[in-house]
Amino acid sequence: MGRVVIDVMPKPEILDPQGKAVVGALARLGFAEFADARQGKRFELEVDGEVDAEVLERAAEAARTLLSNPVIEDVVAVRAAD
Amino acid sequence: MRIGVVTFPGSLDDRDALRAIRIAGGTPVPLWHGDAELHKIDAVVLPGGFSYGDYLRCGAIARFAPLMREIARLAGPPDATAPGLPVLGICNGFQVLCESHLLPGALVRNDHRHFVCRDQRLRVEGTKTAWTNGYTDGEEIVVPLKNGEGGYVADDATLDRLEGEGQVVVRYLGVNPNGSYRDIAGISNASGSVVGLMPHPEHAVEAGYGPETAGAEIAGRGGPGDGTDGLRFFTSALQGVLSA
Repeated sequence: MGRVVIDVMPKPEILDPQGKAVVGALARLGFAEFADARQGKRFELEVDGEVDAEVLERAAEAARTLLSNPVIEDVVAVRAAD
Repeated sequence: MRIGVVTFPGSLDDRDALRAIRIAGGTPVPLWHGDAELHKIDAVVLPGGFSYGDYLRCGAIARFAPLMREIARLAGPPDATAPGLPVLGICNGFQVLCESHLLPGALVRNDHRHFVCRDQRLRVEGTKTAWTNGYTDGEEIVVPLKNGEGGYVADDATLDRLEGEGQVVVRYLGVNPNGSYRDIAGISNASGSVVGLMPHPEHAVEAGYGPETAGAEIAGRGGPGDGTDGLRFFTSALQGVLSA
């Protein structure tokens, strides 16, 4: 069983209200050294066999098609799980 | 004139949209997202709600429903100058239209992170669309607004193009309720056949059940919930279909 991990993040120029809420809560809890936070998504896709280049290319296609919206998000990583 | 309303799993305002079409004088046609064909409709409404629980992103999964593929095919590309099937996306329907790339941009979580629900003042700036031809340019209207992820975003080039081509259909007046760029509440495609907006015109179609209007507090004019400013979205579509 292989697993592909895909990370999707909001684009830097798009306001990230969830990240803003997180950084605000961190500051209130004393984690004031963290000046900013952005919140993204991690997907784990399982395949029956090995994760090879072809599987990674298909996963990248799935990330572009469904898992991310290119208007507001970037796919920052498509990789085999450790 | 047959106007369809697509029900997705999690749609909430499909019944209100069907009712608005009936009050406007059209024949409402309930459609199911899993249908393969559109049952000879002349126009279609994508209603508000939370299709697929807003999982992944609002509208992201509804976009791939069998019926949405057919609607996208008949609506045509967003930059086409010849009008295709008239489509109105309200709230979640607007999100579905953006996810489907039938309209540019995207809707993100409100900048203040709160769900907003109120009677909203709007200015109608685009009156050449299939859904707003019954309004006058610059007319101010009041319809309910209720969303958690209603912030309209797009890159500057897209925003400039929308403004330049007259594709900003409605704009928020007063306090921006959700952080939408340039106070944009609704837009159209290039031909004006496809319109998406976050506010809910289908909730302002019958006196006594609509929003409060400016006239409501003036003696002798209007009354509680007398706002019917949304009705002309639906009568506009009927007019457009008749003259087509």
